[in-house]
Parts: sequence; structure tokens; C-alpha cells
Amino acid sequence: MTEARRTIVRDAVAVGVATGAYGISFGAIAVTSGLSVLQACALSLLVFTGASQFAFVGVVAAGGAPVSGAATALMLGSRNTLYGLRLGSLLDLRGARRNAAAQLVIDESTAMAINRDNAADARLGFFATGLAVFALWNLATLGGALAGQALGDPRAFGLDAAVAAAFVALMWPQLRDARSRTTALAAAVLAVALVPLVPAGVPVLAAALVAVLGGLRAAR
Amino acid sequence: MWVAILLTAAGCYLLKLLGLSVPQSVLAHPAVRRIADLLPVALLAALVGTQTFGDGASLSVDARLAGLVAGVVALLLRASFLVVVAVAAVSAAVLRLLAG
Repeated sequence: MTEARRTIVRDAVAVGVATGAYGISFGAIAVTSGLSVLQACALSLLVFTGASQFAFVGVVAAGGAPVSGAATALMLGSRNTLYGLRLGSLLDLRGARRNAAAQLVIDESTAMAINRDNAADARLGFFATGLAVFALWNLATLGGALAGQALGDPRAFGLDAAVAAAFVALMWPQLRDARSRTTALAAAVLAVALVPLVPAGVPVLAAALVAVLGGLRAAR
Repeated sequence: MWVAILLTAAGCYLLKLLGLSVPQSVLAHPAVRRIADLLPVALLAALVGTQTFGDGASLSVDARLAGLVAGVVALLLRASFLVVVAVAAVSAAVLRLLAG
């Protein structure tokens, strides 16, 4: 394995540790919301997309019907569809491999794939990150569900800032391009402005409009 | 509860698969291609914004922003990915510790 590919794997493990740690919060919150340990683990194994899982238990904890929790989770999960539009051509997978890869389409694996300059590195970034996050997220969910809040709040270790900085670092090479930079800035401003006005998760989805406008405007 | 969990699991998986399965011929159109290229950057930037300033349904400026700024400074100094992530985490954690 070359030095560059070793670096990709090392970075993937780091992303797995930083985001996987949130599985502890998820497991603890899920059990506090009234789910069993098995149900918390099933969500992390089968749903495996953090924002949707937090939304699901959030609705249930607030006394909502589990089905409306499912509806909110699906709305949030649609951002993975948008990632797939880019990843499809980048990863170029077929059949069973594509069906297996689909479960790993999340924020982190996308971020680690889009900044590569060849297909092999994009695939390595995607799979190494997807699998690292999958393994650690599920282990942490089990730990959090069993131990509750005793394992500590990831925010105390600054992991919330670390995750945001990791995404910026992963986008960094793309931000050299002026159109990407404008799109990113406008998307972030729009999403932050919408936070007080619309339900959680909608601000990030609304930012997709910025990409659509950016893509159309350049066509003229 | 189990029905809702399995419904969420099936739905979220199909949403992921749907994006990967859009035929390349559809994405061959130049405008569609550019939009697909810009989507991850737009969504991830929006995610960074809401993760940094969002606090439930309100906005707040706190140690998260300091951590992010420290991370960006590390990026400008051409630090490696691991260093950027560590600088952001340590900055935010130390600031919170000092603020008690």
C-alpha cells in the first residue's frame, strides 16, 4: 500500500473515532427515550445514518408516535440520496457491491470520497470511512445503551468542533474552485439562517437549492 | 415500535440506494452533472454551519466556533488532517474547561 493510501486509511479511522463516539450519545438517549437496548442497536445497524436516528428517538422521547418518528427520519435520510447522485459516478459500482455500498452512504464517507483525484482513492476513502464509522458507531451505540450517560458527553472532549473541522478539512481541496467556494458559503449561510425558522434537518436539505442554482447559473 | 424501526431502516436504505442507482445517462447532461458535483459541498457546508451555530431551534456562538476557527487556521498553515481535527477538538475542550 502506498503512502497516500495509508494516509487515507489513517484519516478514515480518525473520522470513525470522532463521529463514532457520538454513538455513545445515541445509545444513551435512545434508552432514555424508552427504547430497549436491542432496539437502539437495531437502529444503528439497520438505519445507520446519525441524523435520522437522533430524529427518530427525539420524536419518540417527546411523546410522538413511532410512525411520525419514522417519517421525520426518512425526510432527513433523503440527503443521502443527493450524495448518491455524485457518488454513483465517482465509485462506479455495479450489482451486489453497489447494494452493499449503499448502506455506507453517509456524510462522512461522502466527504472522504469527493476530494480524491482518482476512482481508486475515492473508493478507498469511501469504504474505509464507511466501515470505520459503521464499526465504531455500532460498538458505541451498544456501550451507550448499556452504560447510559456514564460514559460522558462527546462535547466535553470538543468532538462537536472536531467533526465540523473534519468536514471543512475534507472539503478544503474543492474550495480552491471559486464556484464550489461560493456554493459552500451560500449554503452554510442559508442553513444557519433557517435554523430558527424550520424543523431540524430541513436547513441542510434546503441548502441543496444552492447547488441547483449554482449548477444552472453556470450553464448559461 | 419495531414496525417503525424496520420501516425507517428500509426507507433509509432505499433512499441511499436510489441516489447510487440513478443511470449515468441522466447524469450525463452538463447542468445535472454540475449540480450533482456541487451537492455534496453544499450539504456538507450547510452541515458545518448548523453544527457550529445551531442549538436546538436557536443559534449560539460558543466554544464550537472557536474550535472550528482554530481548525481552519491549522488548515491555512497546511497542517495534516489529523492535526486539524485534533487542534479543533482540543481548542473547544480547553475553552469549555476554562469557562467551567
